[in-house]
Amino acid sequence: MLAYIVRRLISIPFLLLGVASVSFLLSQMTKGDPLAALVPERMMSNPEIVEAVKAEWGLDKPLPVRYVRYLGNLIQGDLGTSFSTRRPVATDIAERLPATLELVIAAMIIGTALGLCLGLLSARFRGSAFDSLARIFALIGSSLPIFWSGLILLYLLSVRIALVPGTGRLPPRVQPPPTHTGLYTIDALIAGDISLFWQALAHLALPAFVLGWAVTGIITRLVRSSLIEGLGQDYARTARAKGAPERVVLIGHALPNAMIPLLTILGFTFAYLITGAVLTEAIFSWPGIGSYAVRAAASLDYPAIGGVTIVGSVAFLLANLLTDIAYAWANPRIKVH
Amino acid sequence: MSEPLLDIRDLRISFRGPDGTWSEALRGVDLSLERGGVLGVVGESGSGKSIAMMAFLQLLPRGARISGSARFNGEELIGMAPSRIRQIRGKNIGCIFQDPLSAFNPVLTIGSQIAEAIRLHDRSVSRREALKEAERLFEMVSIPQPARRVRQYPHEFSGGMRQRAMIAMALANRPELIIADEPTTALDVTVQAQILDLLADLRKELGIGLVMITHDLGVVAGIADEIAVMYGGKVVERGPTDPVFYDTAHPYTAGLIGAVPTLEGTGALRQIPGTPPSIFTRPQGCSFNPRCERAEAVCLREDPPFAVHGRTSCACHFPLGPSLRVVGS
Ligand SMILES: Nc1ncnc2c1ncn2[C@@H]1O[C@H](COP(=O)(O)OP(=O)(O)OP(=O)(O)O)[C@@H](O)[C@H]1O
Ligand SMILES: [Mg+2]
Repeated sequence: MLAYIVRRLISIPFLLLGVASVSFLLSQMTKGDPLAALVPERMMSNPEIVEAVKAEWGLDKPLPVRYVRYLGNLIQGDLGTSFSTRRPVATDIAERLPATLELVIAAMIIGTALGLCLGLLSARFRGSAFDSLARIFALIGSSLPIFWSGLILLYLLSVRIALVPGTGRLPPRVQPPPTHTGLYTIDALIAGDISLFWQALAHLALPAFVLGWAVTGIITRLVRSSLIEGLGQDYARTARAKGAPERVVLIGHALPNAMIPLLTILGFTFAYLITGAVLTEAIFSWPGIGSYAVRAAASLDYPAIGGVTIVGSVAFLLANLLTDIAYAWANPRIKVH
Repeated sequence: MSEPLLDIRDLRISFRGPDGTWSEALRGVDLSLERGGVLGVVGESGSGKSIAMMAFLQLLPRGARISGSARFNGEELIGMAPSRIRQIRGKNIGCIFQDPLSAFNPVLTIGSQIAEAIRLHDRSVSRREALKEAERLFEMVSIPQPARRVRQYPHEFSGGMRQRAMIAMALANRPELIIADEPTTALDVTVQAQILDLLADLRKELGIGLVMITHDLGVVAGIADEIAVMYGGKVVERGPTDPVFYDTAHPYTAGLIGAVPTLEGTGALRQIPGTPPSIFTRPQGCSFNPRCERAEAVCLREDPPFAVHGRTSCACHFPLGPSLRVVGS
């Protein structure tokens, strides 16, 4: 197993080089002029300034040269300098990544926990009114676009009844906790500041719910159908013949089997959450990678776009690896070589 | 006379067909088993052997309609409260199923599944103690290296070893009755005999009553005290083992005996021609009539009543006489 994990980890850098190449070439093919972000509008007519800026950012070199230089820098961990923030992309990302991680992890926990509970109860009381309600709730979550559900909930829960605070990670003028993990909730706990923890959690709750709700549907449906399938299997009959009550058959026997398909889709779910985070961050002014990506794309900030792509790919590859490990762990019949 | 361990009277089971009408899959079955006795229930696929047993354990899928009576130690099981039947299942009545691979949960260790059987009925036993007990049970059913084996998963066991583990699980709470539903059908012929011997020895040693369900008369010939032959949802012949074999009354039983391989192996096996009826397309009159060489007009009209005939009881208009003995012919 360990050898397998190491092998997978070794393959990641090579996959990333491929991703970086594709993203670099794609961004070169897009129409639009990155110079707009670099040169103030009124100086555009001055060819000297434009040439100077091109030379400064290496845009005067032919494509193959720029490509090789880009990859060369990348291998040394240099993602380039953002056209718009004028800071190293790596620094920008490092600063914003924890916000996104906090959002995506919270959404993952909410989506999975909610999906598991709804799936379990729907399977236990299948055909009941609860089953139908859970199905509708899950269906709404997965069919409503995030920008819509996000805006509506933000309006209803924050503007109308002030159940949760508005946008951002903390109230205005509140100092974030000293950085350990970059996740405000965790850092507040580390600092022992309970009231700050609650504030961070309250800000996190709604965006994480909106994002998590979007994946609740697929998880609920999968858990429900796997459990119902399990309840009809021979091993469930054996458990009943041993005197197990239905609750034990469900949780002790069907659920461990349902974990196998569940773990398989959690990888896809994670990928979906990363994409969904872009919209969620935009709506809730969440200062993470997603809002950075939106701005970078709008201004054709190639280095920033490339950096975000690579970070997203790393997250995706790691999530897939974790999924495979968890899958092997949940399924004793799998032997990994 | 003491009360039977299991006493089934007029047990009927109906299922709703695809068109919404009810069809009777079990049509009034009487069976009984003395304490510590062995009853062989024999019949082809679809004759209703399994559902008869699953019905009084309340293990049939919801939607099955059940009537009649099944008393276990004098206590009525049909319509019993679920909480009470759960106490009996696994504690007083153990089950062994046909396919031990699918009957065990694939993602849990065998040991933990046996430990669960113990702890479901005695919360005071710790997990560790229950696992120790599982090891002792493994020794009892001759599974080598029990300490290592209890920590393995079902797929790591061979078919025969899995069925031994299944027997161990059924014995876990020292039940008074074991229901073995075709326990050897999924196994190699060589392993079959070992499993049958093991089951027969253990139940004799522990004084456990056994209902052995099989489609193979040869399987029960050696161990059953009584045999009930089922066809089309009914018991068509019932009696002590010897008379059922040597004074066979029902033509169907005779057909089954012809299908039993003998040690001598001389002569081709005789198969009963045709296939058993489905519950939705059962013929008028005696349900065996399309396949019966002796069928007359009355067999097509009237379902024969169950009556004593010689040393066995059977449901047939034209039962075989002693002169028509099949074995040895
Ligand atoms: N859930 C169900 N719904 C409808 N019909 C059923 C159901 N379960 C069993 N039956 C029918 O009841 C009849 C008896 O089934 P049963 O499983 O008892 O047969 P069996 O004698 O055990 O045969 P086998 O040797 O194949 O195990 C069959 O004809 C089957 O089609
Ligand atoms: Mg059966």
